[in-house]
Amino acid sequence: MADNGLLESVLQHVEKVDDGVDSQAVAISLGLDHQTVVGAVKSLQALGDVILAEQRTSKHWELTGEGADIAERGSHEARVFGAIPKDGLLQTELMKLPSGRVGFSKAMSSKWIRMDKGHEGGPRVFRMVETIEDVVRQKLLLVRQGKSAELEEKDKNELKKRKLLTEVTVKSYWITKGGSFSTSITKQETELTAEMISSGSWRDKKFKLYNFDALGMALDCGHLHPLMKVRTQFRQIFLEMGFTEMPTNNFIESSFWNFDSLFQPQQHPARDQHDTFFLSDPALAHEFPQDYLEKVKKVHTEGGYGSQGYKYDWKLEEARKNVLRTHTTAVSARMLYRLAQQEEFTPVKYFSIDRVFRNETLDATHLAEFHQIEGVVADYGLTLGDLMGVLHQFFTKLGLKKWVEVGNSGIFRPEMLLPMGLPEGVTVIAWGLSLERPTMIKYGINNIRELVGHKVNLQMVYDSPLCRLDS
Amino acid sequence: MPTVSVRKDLLFQALGREYTDDEFDELCFEFGLELDEITSEKEIISREQGEVKSEGASDIILYKIDVPANRYDLLCLEGLVRGLQVFKERALTPRYRRVCPSGNPHRLIITEETVAVRPHAVAAVLRNIAFTQERYDSFIELQEKLHQNVCRKRALVAIGTHDLDTISGVFTYTAKPPGDILFKPLNQTKEYTAIKLMSLYKSDSHLRHYLHIIEDKPVFPVIYDSNGIVLSMPPIINGDHSKITLNTKNVFIECTGTDLTKAKTVLDIIVTMFSEYCKEPFTVEEVEVVYPDGKTLIYPELAYRTETITADFINKAVGINESAESVAQMLTRMCLRSEVMGDHIQVEIPPTRSDVIHACDIMEDAAIAYGFNNIIHTTPHTYTVSNQLPLNKLTELLRHDLAASGFTEALTFALCSQEDIADKLGKNITDIEAVHIANPKTAEFQVARTTLLPGLLKTVGANKKMPLPLKLFEISDVVLKDESKDVGARNNRRLCAIFYNKTPGFEVIHGLLDRIMQLLEVKPGQGEGYRIQSASDATYFPGRCAEIFVRDKSIGRLGVLHPDVISRFEITMPCSALDIDIEHFL
Repeated sequence: MADNGLLESVLQHVEKVDDGVDSQAVAISLGLDHQTVVGAVKSLQALGDVILAEQRTSKHWELTGEGADIAERGSHEARVFGAIPKDGLLQTELMKLPSGRVGFSKAMSSKWIRMDKGHEGGPRVFRMVETIEDVVRQKLLLVRQGKSAELEEKDKNELKKRKLLTEVTVKSYWITKGGSFSTSITKQETELTAEMISSGSWRDKKFKLYNFDALGMALDCGHLHPLMKVRTQFRQIFLEMGFTEMPTNNFIESSFWNFDSLFQPQQHPARDQHDTFFLSDPALAHEFPQDYLEKVKKVHTEGGYGSQGYKYDWKLEEARKNVLRTHTTAVSARMLYRLAQQEEFTPVKYFSIDRVFRNETLDATHLAEFHQIEGVVADYGLTLGDLMGVLHQFFTKLGLKKWVEVGNSGIFRPEMLLPMGLPEGVTVIAWGLSLERPTMIKYGINNIRELVGHKVNLQMVYDSPLCRLDS
Repeated sequence: MPTVSVRKDLLFQALGREYTDDEFDELCFEFGLELDEITSEKEIISREQGEVKSEGASDIILYKIDVPANRYDLLCLEGLVRGLQVFKERALTPRYRRVCPSGNPHRLIITEETVAVRPHAVAAVLRNIAFTQERYDSFIELQEKLHQNVCRKRALVAIGTHDLDTISGVFTYTAKPPGDILFKPLNQTKEYTAIKLMSLYKSDSHLRHYLHIIEDKPVFPVIYDSNGIVLSMPPIINGDHSKITLNTKNVFIECTGTDLTKAKTVLDIIVTMFSEYCKEPFTVEEVEVVYPDGKTLIYPELAYRTETITADFINKAVGINESAESVAQMLTRMCLRSEVMGDHIQVEIPPTRSDVIHACDIMEDAAIAYGFNNIIHTTPHTYTVSNQLPLNKLTELLRHDLAASGFTEALTFALCSQEDIADKLGKNITDIEAVHIANPKTAEFQVARTTLLPGLLKTVGANKKMPLPLKLFEISDVVLKDESKDVGARNNRRLCAIFYNKTPGFEVIHGLLDRIMQLLEVKPGQGEGYRIQSASDATYFPGRCAEIFVRDKSIGRLGVLHPDVISRFEITMPCSALDIDIEHFL
């Protein structure tokens, strides 16, 4: 901030003129560097409507270093001329002078000097005229005095070519009086205070203007994780659609509920060590609904309920093996079994969003654990058209058009439902997708490790926007 | 989902017409398949091994088609073409017939030694088959596809195919100690014992994957002909003597395995697919299989089954309204020949469709034939009132208020190393009621976490450049062993928060506890309220740990972490933590 004295002297300059003044002229008249005056102009602008300043660019000519030297001490040719005594000078001596080479040829072409090549003792240079007029120096002196306008254009270009002059562009301000012009500066307040309000002194004060181009202060606040924000929205969508949340807080499942109850045969590749995490402790589940287990065994081994079955040797040992659940459908199976134990069947709509685990090869889009979203509807007489309709409604709420790519859907097989004891004629439709995949699509994240796990950059969490799936 | 790769030129030749890529893509979609990729051998090699290696490779265009996992009848060009032609009503689905040769059928005798290793075998003969290079390649490729899919990498079933004219029946399927088995295996120049073969194939990039199936058995399965020639040593390798060539006329096919149903299915698929090239197409010569107990069965089964359904069942399940005749026609187009008989539709399931095991599978085929895109979307009439799971409702509400308290939510993994939950926290793994994983590929997946603290400390470790203080929380499940549960373990919903700064900030984490209690309407104090009481815990700095009691029940701890814990997580600043069980507040 320029001091008030400077500001006021600038203002006094402005006061004297009616239609304004250039900041360069102010600088010359105050004997100050132009940049100092520009600083003062900016400070004055910040005070409000004291002055108006319009930026202008102007070009003018300035001497180069060499040009200034010539203006001071004469042109090279004049210096050569001056160095030659009455009886001449050996050319070799002349060439040793600082201005020798350049000055010699210029003085020769101006016919100020001549050379006697055949002189005894070597070529010798003599004056040809008594006096000379150093025009170059005179022109440069004009420029130095700020009178470059008096020079002809071709002279200026000639001097520019000789690197004695240069044209510079200057940004200056055209300063005129503002609406609240005054030659004195009142002290500006930075902030409104309680004292000013109670005393009413704010009425007489001037307040420093805010810089609205700057950002505000970064707040010290907490943040929710973006994937969990998306989870909240999915829960919301299911709740809006009348779905009840399933208790999925059991990561450990028996193979029985994770696979067998879903009519997945025991040799299925998903039950391979390479795909599923098995437990060493507790390795085996020890309790099953015995009646139901027998029915499951039977439908796998020999069929029933209209099914051929898989016709293989179903083993309880396989079913007892504990796993980290590979899908939340294991919980859906438990819920449907529980539903089947009711006195009377009631239609249900269930959903869940929770972690599932796969012992698979990890890459940019696959982790050993992820969140599965699942929706289930059980009622009499549901159709494939109902499944497609419900999916359409669900994905419309998500704002996702290409939903086929992110999920799976289907109708549960009778071999799964009937052994549970659900009535014939009850159809169960279901669909599932991962929570991570649509989130990555939504936020343009290519590597799942940038979204989930302890390695994520907290800045990403701090910066993540609201989650409104449908907008 | 298996991917079948077929040559575009051969495919269109067999289909008898050309398609543009888009038209063929559309056809696949209508038929329930997906045209995954259009490529060439050259392109594949170039992509996988670099352009240099691809020089000279074939640039004939290949279609890679994704086929549903249980549609074994679509795993080769022959089956795909047959399915598509029937679907487009350009051909009728063939009737596959098992025939008895004029003389006695070939016999395969199973000895009881096989029970110890691989008890089942089935066989069939393709008579007067005409191979071309393309047909031969497809025949080999189908076996490989079956081996990888339904055969579960040869563990359940292994296929052997032989030039019948180089061997002579009766064939014997037996099992012998590996030292007693001596033969020249396929594409080798000398004889090996089975012991030597197993070590030879240890370095074979393809065969080494199958050795484990029998390597620790006392006896290995082997099939001999009547002259003691080895046909094969399933599931590893065939003999060189009986190998099939382009000139082979009569093929003996054997399938051995541990799952008889699958062995029969595999045999049915091979013979139904390739009997097309027999002199009398779609006929297969039977083989008698004699069991150790003297029982004799004839294979291949080529069993046809009839299911009786109604149009009403299909209409109600799919959500359409088609006449019985129309339903029958749709199913016939899916290779399920159907006929209207009064009120019912008789649906014939051919031996190629082992995937159809219930009327619901027939319904699915009807839906495909009708066209999924033609089904009108409807809204289920199911009226329900939704409920949130109380535990999740509490979690959601608390998460928002913790963020409002200035803490940032972390999301960490439920699986971790033993070290994370024990050593690093100053504890002994044997004292921790953790669930252990039997088959982790790396140490990151040894156990399910028993506390959320390691995940938060690792999050700090990965964010050392962030401005201090770091205030983090997570509300999520840990897993604890619990004998009272059917699986012996249960989840527990925890809330964990940490304050990481140049000073420990115990007062901050204590303040957070006070705030959480306020939110949960628990007042400070004895009895009905909450209080904290000095405790000793190796995870915390001595004298800086307290146990939290709510209504006189312990719900967790808070305190300043032990400097050794800080160092073991490779972080540098003091840190205070709060770790509570929120299930008490339900």
